[in-house]
Amino acid sequence: MKALLVRDLKLAVRAGGGFGLGLAFFLIVVVLVPFAVGPETALLTRIAPGILWIGALLACLLSLDRILALDREDGSLDLIATAPLPLEAAVSVKALAHWLTTGLPLVIAAPVLGVLLNLRGEGYGWLVVSLAIGTPALSVIGTFGAALTVGIKRGGLLLSLLVLPLYVPVLIFGAEVARRGAEGLSVATPLALLGAVTCGTIALLPFASAAVLRVNLR
Amino acid sequence: MASIWEYANPRKFMSVTDRVLPWIAGLSAIALVAGLAWGFFLTPDDYRQGSTVKIIYLHVPAALMAINGWLMMLAASLVWLVRRHHVSALAARAAAPVGAVMTVIALLTGAIWGQPMWGTWWAWDPRLTSFLILFLFYLGYIALWAAIEDGDTAADLTSVLCLVGSVFALLSRYAVNFWNQGLHQGASLSLDKEENVADVFYFPLLLCIAGFVLFFLALVLLRTRTEIRARRMRALMARERMA
Amino acid sequence: MELIVEDLSVARGGMAVLEGVCFRLACGHALVLRGPNGAGKTTLLRTLAGLQPPRGGRISLDREAMVYAAHADGIKAVLTVEENLRFWADLYRVDAVGAALEAFALGPLADRPAGALSAGQKRRLGLARLLVTGRRVWVLDEPTVSLDAEAVGMFARAVRAHLAGGGLAVIATHIELGLEAEVLDVARFRPRRVVTGDEDFL
Repeated sequence: MKALLVRDLKLAVRAGGGFGLGLAFFLIVVVLVPFAVGPETALLTRIAPGILWIGALLACLLSLDRILALDREDGSLDLIATAPLPLEAAVSVKALAHWLTTGLPLVIAAPVLGVLLNLRGEGYGWLVVSLAIGTPALSVIGTFGAALTVGIKRGGLLLSLLVLPLYVPVLIFGAEVARRGAEGLSVATPLALLGAVTCGTIALLPFASAAVLRVNLR
Repeated sequence: MASIWEYANPRKFMSVTDRVLPWIAGLSAIALVAGLAWGFFLTPDDYRQGSTVKIIYLHVPAALMAINGWLMMLAASLVWLVRRHHVSALAARAAAPVGAVMTVIALLTGAIWGQPMWGTWWAWDPRLTSFLILFLFYLGYIALWAAIEDGDTAADLTSVLCLVGSVFALLSRYAVNFWNQGLHQGASLSLDKEENVADVFYFPLLLCIAGFVLFFLALVLLRTRTEIRARRMRALMARERMA
Repeated sequence: MELIVEDLSVARGGMAVLEGVCFRLACGHALVLRGPNGAGKTTLLRTLAGLQPPRGGRISLDREAMVYAAHADGIKAVLTVEENLRFWADLYRVDAVGAALEAFALGPLADRPAGALSAGQKRRLGLARLLVTGRRVWVLDEPTVSLDAEAVGMFARAVRAHLAGGGLAVIATHIELGLEAEVLDVARFRPRRVVTGDEDFL
């Protein structure tokens, strides 16, 4: 398992497009929002948590089709599927690698972008916490979507269509934590629910991902 | 004893539905015409909502079928995954667009009803939002079926998507509830008679619901028959090509 | 160990391509599959590798003893030759990267990015992977594509060494490898009538 993780991380770093693109996209989305809604500080402060969550979610979505499609193209996927690693473990590791190269940088960059949107001082901590707990679920759900569409040529658009509705609960709870945190309200309930959704997805979804991947490989 | 699984055989299914379908279609037409006519012309206006209340005869049955359509797809998907009966997979495929249209009807009639009642076409009320999300799930499911050429592969993938989607749809329902307490009234019907709409509205509504159920059933059977014929044609063409 | 295949029938895209495949392969022996393009060699090998379920019949093979090599080598262009091999060695927990590099004369290329290799060199790297898996049963699909005569010789030597060590190999190939191998013409197993995945509908 470690071997696969190390390889995926190396590939993401060397081939580019892993760290860089997602972060740059996140930055651009956040920069574009004030152009669309106006520079009024009070308004930006109010919508900052939501914008940051949406930006992170879209940035995460951007690189989903690379999780499995590249391995499919060069034949590694067949070879990994016949290797001693269970496919459930392989998809979990792939999701983890995706989170480390996409989700984690977003979590770290979010506070910086929060400054651009005049996020309230109380909000930074909870923003980081909510993203740190929520983005792993985004990666795991995304891997499921990638496994569903790996057999389809140019399946990127379909992948977004399938994955975005699945992101709804994570987005609602995650953004709620960030919003309540910024407004100084209690975050206990949404935080617990967000944690539950993330734990549930990480525990169960890899089985579904592996099942559909097997179907797609035959 | 004849087992229910016999009907999962495409030939048996075709011959049975061939006989049953006209009856279902006819009954649904009678129930719909009678129920809607009764509802529109023979019931009084609501003392608060006026005549706008009558859209209930379309709105509630469509909303019910939108949800039950997804539940039917879920059941059919499970049957396909466990017992691998082709008819079941094709029935799930056939039900999806019908369910999606029911969702649209529920949303549209809801908007038309909501405008005079709440003064807005759309509000991010939990129920409305849940239906919108349900519609997105229908879209994804239909798109996935359309994107994959091999029938059995598509059936497998969409079945798993349906299972996973059901869990997430349920989660979204609760998430949305949590996110915004809404202005939608409570359920119009329930077994607990205290909360129900008045009897004058109740019976025509039941008739309309029966009509919608039968209408849904007729459409799904019809579409399943089409899917079976398409697969049969493909099999025949493959045989022709190879021979 | 023995590989026994009984009455195996395999399908591609729901369409049966081979029926009633039977063979038996003992330790130290190789089986060469022959047959025209599209006869079902790849499908048979993928079924043996467990990537697709058989339509019927039995394969007595411990999946844990088998390694599969397909048309595509699964080589990552941005990793070096050695890193590519190291990954598979770690995955299979066998430390034989040095020997594998040597067997396919990849030593001098070890630090080159795999993307800079020629097609034949890439193929050699793909085949060197077999040596870092430590698996007893090799299932190989057209292993000699784009290899020159010298490289084919390297490959044949590797297979002979593998067999001498008590291994087995099932190889689909069109060229003569100079191995003492049984030959199986898969065209023999073409189904007598057309069977599709949609048989239920007829």
